Amino acid sequence: MLKHIITSAVTALTLTASGAFAAGGGDQHITDYDFSFEGPFGTYDQNQLQRGLKVYTEVCSACHGLKYVPLRTLGDEGALGYTEDQVRAYASQFEVYDADLDDFRPARPADHFPENTAAGAPDLSMMAKARAGFHGPYGSGMNQLFKGMGGAEYIASLLTGYTGEEKEEAGVILYENTAFPGGWISMGPPLYGEDVEFDDGHSNSLENEAQDVAAFLMWTAEPKMMARKQAGFVGVLFLTVLSVLLYLTNKRIWKPIKYGTRPE
Amino acid sequence: MAGIPHDHYEPKSKSEHWLHSRLPIVGLLYDTIMIPTPKNLNWMWIWGIVLTFCLALQIITGVVLVMHYTPHVDMAFASVEHIMRNVNGGHMIRYLHANGASLFFIAVYAHIFRGLYYGSYKAPREITWIIGMLIYLLMMGTAFMGYVLPWGQMSFWGATVITGLFGAIPFIGEPIQTLLLGGPAVDNATLNRFFSLHYLFPFLIAGLVAVHIWAFHTTGNNNPTGVEVRRGSKEEAAKDTVPFWPYFVIKDLFALAVILAVFFAIVGFMPNYLGHPDNYIEANPLATPAHIVPEWYFLPFYAILRAFTSEVWVVQFASFITGGIIDAKFFGVLAMFGAIIVMALAPWLDTSSVRSARYRPQLKWWFAILVIDFFVLMWLGAMPAEEPYATFSLIGSAYWFGYFLVILPLLGVIEKPAPQPLTIEDDFNAHYGKSETPAE
Repeated sequence: MLKHIITSAVTALTLTASGAFAAGGGDQHITDYDFSFEGPFGTYDQNQLQRGLKVYTEVCSACHGLKYVPLRTLGDEGALGYTEDQVRAYASQFEVYDADLDDFRPARPADHFPENTAAGAPDLSMMAKARAGFHGPYGSGMNQLFKGMGGAEYIASLLTGYTGEEKEEAGVILYENTAFPGGWISMGPPLYGEDVEFDDGHSNSLENEAQDVAAFLMWTAEPKMMARKQAGFVGVLFLTVLSVLLYLTNKRIWKPIKYGTRPE
Repeated sequence: MAGIPHDHYEPKSKSEHWLHSRLPIVGLLYDTIMIPTPKNLNWMWIWGIVLTFCLALQIITGVVLVMHYTPHVDMAFASVEHIMRNVNGGHMIRYLHANGASLFFIAVYAHIFRGLYYGSYKAPREITWIIGMLIYLLMMGTAFMGYVLPWGQMSFWGATVITGLFGAIPFIGEPIQTLLLGGPAVDNATLNRFFSLHYLFPFLIAGLVAVHIWAFHTTGNNNPTGVEVRRGSKEEAAKDTVPFWPYFVIKDLFALAVILAVFFAIVGFMPNYLGHPDNYIEANPLATPAHIVPEWYFLPFYAILRAFTSEVWVVQFASFITGGIIDAKFFGVLAMFGAIIVMALAPWLDTSSVRSARYRPQLKWWFAILVIDFFVLMWLGAMPAEEPYATFSLIGSAYWFGYFLVILPLLGVIEKPAPQPLTIEDDFNAHYGKSETPAE
């Protein structure tokens, strides 16, 4: 019976990842990139996050915002590793509206990244959690157990998935993209490769830029991931030890009841 | 309290007497925790503790979340992100709460199917069963309203679809829907009343849990044999039972620790696996998601809801004889609630004199199919409403109703049960190879 219920519980978990059904279009192509933050032991790669921030700042931020992300979190532990001064300097390039001044002023670390709705583009703060890259097999979402939800993979695949084909529909130019559900996206190709010069001299090919900004957006979506995984480990470890102790206690107290031998 | 004879609390010191003659609370606690429990309970009897833990976990994490959450359509989504980013440990508390709901439902389904297999619903435990079904209904209401609170896309559209179901009720549907929503559509008024009720329901559940426990402490636990504990004397009862403390408390805590280790792995390493990505997009009344999918624990009943389309002859027949009052939409709603009502009626639908499926050679197989049916329906509930899923859903729904309305009543008459052990003690000793009382 125990086996039966474990099987059912596992089936319940695997069968029903409703996250699997977010996107339509079965012909999406999502590349399963290897990101450093995958798996229980995965951590963010600080250099990659810094490069991703640069791609975001110089390219994406022209149309997209990150309105849920406080600028000060760039300096948090396990984040991009910037000092307080670096964060302050970075923040000051953005203009934010201050209700007290009734005017715009340079942003401070306590402010958030600015919202950007000019081009009608979606906010990117939680984009890496708002998309699932993997849905199969048969829409069951079971492969997310092994590959992860695939939000960052989706973003990187989207940025590299342009075929170069264009079409006009109702006055809007659509671009063919192999990762986008339905195959046609209204966002023009934002990256072509060598769009940004990285301070660490890392390659700025299209593939690299796409993965770096995808990793950065995973961080903006899940800034506490490393603390969470740590808590997960502590929890699992503590509960495993507790399970063993309780197992032994249980075995001992039941022995006289089951086998009639009294220890005392 | 009636029930299995056992030792009761005897106040000894003067102060114990003083308290006991004014408020016998120590006696109540003693009798509750020392209740004689059939000693042959297997691992399927651990879910009650898991469920009690889940309720406590949800209330505690929920109370903390409320301290930081803002129930307003313009601020709810942002306040959840505030919890995730700025509140100390807030991300962990929220993930515990969100995944705690899933653990709660895994446990409650295991608990319900255990009751169905071992005939725990049968006389004299019908009240325990009915209270349990009420708790389950309240849980579904609580979980549904809780899912609306983050005010993501799936929150909004899930609320729109589910409250729309009530609108399908003829004549009174529309006023009911308006009352639920607090207006013509899902809006701030909806969010506020859902927030209020989401906070209230868990305490109603806690009250019903107390009644649930009271009821089965009166009748005594069922057990895998379905054979009742002998109650002729204290000595006789003691042969079939052991006190709940420490024997089952320790056993249950061991099971709970193992389950929580898995739970913590999920919360720590894949907290969004059971959620829906669309709920990380703020609610937008102008953009409908491609697929509106409820949370996994609603999917089997969602599949039943959608199975009955206007092409199904039963629906056409019902529509014809009621002059169109029962249309496909209302039929689906009736089927969904009916699927739970037939389960609640199991004590009266099951005609067999044998309680446990262990001694019912045919029911065993029908039950196994019911469990498979449940998981298949769960998968179908997440699939788009198109062929072949629609036909599968119809077959799955038919089996669900068939099990309760046809198989349970019929099997009691035609099935030839296997011999049951005379006592729980016999069963227990046979299992552990003891031969003090010769088992046959």
